[in-house]
Amino acid sequence: MPFIPHTEADIATMLDSIGASSLDALFDEIPADLNCAGLGGIPPSLTEMAVTRLAHGRAAQDGFYSSFLGAGAYEHHIPAAVWQIVSRGEFYTAYTPYQAEASQGTLQLLYEYQTMMASLTGLDVSNASLYDGATALAEAVLMAVRANKAGVRRVLLPDTVHPRYRAVAQAMVKNQGIELVGVPFDKASGITDLAALEVLAGEAAALVIPQSNFFGALERVDALTDWAHAHAMLAVAVANPLALALLKPPGLWGEGTQTRGADICVGDGQPLGVPLSSGGPYFGFMTARQALVRQMPGRMVGRTVDLDGKPGFVLTLQAREQHIRRAKATSNICSNQGLLVTAATIHMALLGPEGLKNVALSSHANTRALIDKLVSLLGVERVFSSPFFHEAVIRVNIPVPDVLRALRAQGILGGYALGRDYPELGDCILVCATETKTEDDLEQYRQQLERILSRRNGRDPSVPPCAYK
Amino acid sequence: MSIPADLKYTKTHEWARLEADGHVSVGITHHAQELLGDMVFVENPTVGRKLAAGEECAVVESVKAASDVYAPIAGEVTAANGGLESAPESINQDPYAAWMFKLKPSNSVELDGLMNATSYAAHVESEAH
Repeated sequence: MPFIPHTEADIATMLDSIGASSLDALFDEIPADLNCAGLGGIPPSLTEMAVTRLAHGRAAQDGFYSSFLGAGAYEHHIPAAVWQIVSRGEFYTAYTPYQAEASQGTLQLLYEYQTMMASLTGLDVSNASLYDGATALAEAVLMAVRANKAGVRRVLLPDTVHPRYRAVAQAMVKNQGIELVGVPFDKASGITDLAALEVLAGEAAALVIPQSNFFGALERVDALTDWAHAHAMLAVAVANPLALALLKPPGLWGEGTQTRGADICVGDGQPLGVPLSSGGPYFGFMTARQALVRQMPGRMVGRTVDLDGKPGFVLTLQAREQHIRRAKATSNICSNQGLLVTAATIHMALLGPEGLKNVALSSHANTRALIDKLVSLLGVERVFSSPFFHEAVIRVNIPVPDVLRALRAQGILGGYALGRDYPELGDCILVCATETKTEDDLEQYRQQLERILSRRNGRDPSVPPCAYK
Repeated sequence: MSIPADLKYTKTHEWARLEADGHVSVGITHHAQELLGDMVFVENPTVGRKLAAGEECAVVESVKAASDVYAPIAGEVTAANGGLESAPESINQDPYAAWMFKLKPSNSVELDGLMNATSYAAHVESEAH
């Protein structure tokens, strides 16, 4: 069937056969005040050439910056082969296909993705991805509440979890009678305060544990996991998947011999081959222990054999899903991100465990080197004492917006101003240096910051402005 | 189709058996397991949970669908058949032996309100049309 919209003649024939005089007459039962009179604000049509020119102009407005901005989305090198392969027609779809088992290649890829994520997080099962990291956290909260046999609808959500994730989770669960309880962080170390947890103890279905946390700091995940389990809560990890190439996987968190590790792990898959793209689309991931598999939302691919004993891939455990269970499905809004997962799978396959570890290590090393350089300046200090992954917080002695604006003018995105989310950290910047940064980039940042601080603090500027312009 | 005469039945296809110790065993009927097909998973209520009559309290999952199981009468759950976790297919093999959970009835008179075998057979017949 050719994909051609109805012609005038088609429409006339159809209207005639059902006895309507016109399209308006067909829809006249819709009250007039519900009809919108056309879309306002849509400019006249443009030619392809004009649109291309317009789009290039808009893209150029982004500029070319040396970025030290992280806060949940990270600039990493993506091998050219990744998106070359993803763009092949066989892979180029956003969703798991509707006639799933006819697309064995797609299912095999998703199965391999799930295997990689289960391995990276040290847990038994993975779904085929979710919408993004924030909604994945919300789904994990809902999952933990469903799994709680005592019907407890309260989840402990530390203030060190990404503020946007917390806002999305709150939006998704607040009208379902689920209470999210904040847990303060220790002002000296920048990690979740175990003493504060003790005060909050009481019934909860889960404790959320970020690693690394929003400040880049490494939480005491073993102690937090054990604490959660000792208080009959599930331990829900929110992890940067790249950090897991270096750190203990959530499935092994906890110190006792009886520990079972974190029960669920979620996060944003963006660091695994997804470009920044002004904030999205990215993809969320979710893995869990086998015992929780029936509470998992989203699609899941399994490996099986056909009648002749040949291996094949199928969508599995579908009784959790909305086309089987309707309103009682584990989720009705758990969009996945097939195309980005395809990129992540190819990215991880190209890098391999060692390559991924090297990226993580050099990101960590770069951030350490940068922080050392910056805190050597007068007027800059480190804020938290905890070890960090590839992001850390600095405090500056002149207003943060001025610092970031001045750096930007020199072609440097200096980091994320924390005051918006943490008023008490109004003089603080969250700084990130991934493996994409060279020694020269780090030095440029130091020199420019030194110049800006000296000027504002009334000392002679030692470095001329110019650098990246 | 097998509908034992000594059991009580619900419109939602559970069976209930009053045991000698006064507790009531609950399972799903032969007809129900036939509709659902091969069982792959059973989720039972936790022991100690207090159920109202008609309350949704368990799930049976087959290769085709997942279905809720309702408490035939009010009571407290005193046992759950853990054997079904590893062998859910026993519901297909012998649905009246494969009890899912046992209740201590709040009021055993409620059992009289359930259908007997004859009424249940008629109910199944009426649903077929």
